[in-house]
Amino acid sequence: MNASEITKKYYRADKLPHIWCPGCGHGTLLNTVVRAIDKLGLNKDDVCIVSGIGCSSRASGYLDFNTLHTTHGRALAFATGIKHANPKLHVIVITGDGDASAIGGNHLIHAARRNIDITTICFNNNIYGMTGGQYSPTTPIGDFATTAPYGNIDKPFDLCNLAQGAGASYVGRGTAYHAQLMQKLIENGIQNKGFSFVEGLSLCPTYYGRKNKKGSAVKMHTFLKDHCVDKKIVDKKPEMAENKIIIGELYNNQKPEYTDNYKVIIDKFHNY
Amino acid sequence: MTNKKLLQNLDWCKGCGVCVSFCPKRVLEIENEKCIIARPDDCIFCGMCELRCPDNAIYLQGGK
Amino acid sequence: MSNKEYKLLQGNEACVEGAIAAGMRFFAGYPITPSTEIAELSAQKLPKYGGKFIQMEDELSSMAAIIGASLTGIKSMTATSGPGFSLMQENLGYACITEVPCVVANVQRGGPSTGLPTSPAQGDVMQAKWGTHGDHPVIALTPNSVQETYEITITAFNLAEKYRTPVILLMDETVGHMREKLILKDPSEIKVINRKKPTCKPEDYVAYRADEDLIPPMASFGEGYRYHVTGLTHDETGFPTNNNEISGKLIERLNNKVEKNIGEMSYYEEYELEDAEIVIVAFGGVSRSAKSAIDEMRRNGKKVGLFRPITIWPILEKQINKISEKSKEIYVAEMNLGQYFLEVDRIAGKKCPVNKICKVTGELITPNEIINAIYGGK
Repeated sequence: MNASEITKKYYRADKLPHIWCPGCGHGTLLNTVVRAIDKLGLNKDDVCIVSGIGCSSRASGYLDFNTLHTTHGRALAFATGIKHANPKLHVIVITGDGDASAIGGNHLIHAARRNIDITTICFNNNIYGMTGGQYSPTTPIGDFATTAPYGNIDKPFDLCNLAQGAGASYVGRGTAYHAQLMQKLIENGIQNKGFSFVEGLSLCPTYYGRKNKKGSAVKMHTFLKDHCVDKKIVDKKPEMAENKIIIGELYNNQKPEYTDNYKVIIDKFHNY
Repeated sequence: MTNKKLLQNLDWCKGCGVCVSFCPKRVLEIENEKCIIARPDDCIFCGMCELRCPDNAIYLQGGK
Repeated sequence: MSNKEYKLLQGNEACVEGAIAAGMRFFAGYPITPSTEIAELSAQKLPKYGGKFIQMEDELSSMAAIIGASLTGIKSMTATSGPGFSLMQENLGYACITEVPCVVANVQRGGPSTGLPTSPAQGDVMQAKWGTHGDHPVIALTPNSVQETYEITITAFNLAEKYRTPVILLMDETVGHMREKLILKDPSEIKVINRKKPTCKPEDYVAYRADEDLIPPMASFGEGYRYHVTGLTHDETGFPTNNNEISGKLIERLNNKVEKNIGEMSYYEEYELEDAEIVIVAFGGVSRSAKSAIDEMRRNGKKVGLFRPITIWPILEKQINKISEKSKEIYVAEMNLGQYFLEVDRIAGKKCPVNKICKVTGELITPNEIINAIYGGK
């Protein structure tokens, strides 16, 4: 097998190449997930990857862990069951913008509210790719999609603000271009004992890019390179935030975790 | 001298050009819709191509 | 001498007692009348057994959470009623195709939609079978007493574990809220079945390769058998396939797991059936009215008997067929507009007349209504 050691160790390499289009940001983001797990040295048997439906959610099938490809939007609900039933497992959810915040939006805010120890990584490409390019809850106003032929009038979500507002204890945003940052945020997210939400700005050259004349995958990467600024910089120089997307560690605040709290209840009884 | 090597799996390469564009030393090129290692001697083994390649198709081997 | 314990409980509470006796250690649910007591008692009891309860944000996620929990090897259930059962259909189908054991109690109330939340009905008979899309196996059991709710809940878990498929406990409000004496069994008297586990090494494990009994051994997440689970049609490795032949075979196997083992899950009661010329088919709460009606009619010399399916799905075709050969007339009494009737008529209708006694007012069918329907027909 012609592949890196890390690919051989963590991917189901016989399933590659994956189904994603040339230049799709998801492949890069998936690499950052794998590298974060490798860096933390987690035992593969203890890692559970749960995904929903959509381009992003095909990720689970390519990885050599306990993997669960669920129904549309429900990944976090399945993951909650897994984590609550067996808190020893490292439960990582890979989801997309539509999966996490449209059909699965309710599950996202409630998993965050519980601060259950699940790391959610959202590959946000601002579009429904699997179904051919419809607008999602993160498609910017004015952008085009097959279901927004005259321009999108729906105000988009800021997914990180949403997760933080709902109660997540760790929130970060990376991008497919800023892969090292993305990896670091995922590492931190997994290490955080509580609900972690890491948004990975992805890119869809096939549907979103073409509909909105964003150019090639390389041009879309360049856009991310030029239009993102780390929160650490903005904290020192707020004026740097103008017309920029803020990336980096956005929120980190330890709070009581759900399965820990439940264990306190179980420990009140000794007759089992 | 490093014992690192830049290797490829061309079956997986989809020719998106991301690695080519962000290689700081312009080591890579696209030829017949696939990435080729055009100037291996210029490679500084930074690993940026491997990190950004969406398809696990280019990677460094050996050394640390 | 066995250690028997007596309690005065309602059907919903007996369901929890049975579930815990069967090994249920995870419950996820959402409050809904008239099933809420099942969640409440689970919340109270489970931590005492080291089990877990969680109140989810809705029924979609409740169903998802119990599947997730079951994948870690923990016996899991949820409970709901009509509107919630509608929401659960999505992931019920997921549990069918991924073969994850779990139990879903649906304490039926009046429908459609919000309907009559505090009133009994049996309008979800067909939904239990066909509620989720695609051809899929269904096991649905209907108790008619508090004691039977306890016992049949244990059976529901055993069938779910054995056949790796969701089992629906199709209760109705009458049984769910009725209080009766319950004799709790000594654990030594309770037969508990656990899912078949792989005995091979992890590297040799083919997650969806079925044994001769059509059931693949099931590893738990976290045990070292790393495998893939998907709601997409998959081959025996568990990965998605578009191969038409393999797709067809999967769906056939899933359904055959139940259809070919129907003899192992055929539960029913026959009451005064031996010499019956007229047979009432009734289940759940209505069957109790039917028994009173039969006693009354027998006192007047009318040869009436009861066939009470406990297993609602798969349909007890053999038994219904047998009744149709012996009886002159069949009456199906149910709190809907004739759902189970459709099946009985399909099976028995060519051999004897099949009539329906239906009621959708949100009240139990009374013995007199059954008697009047039968005498009225003469």
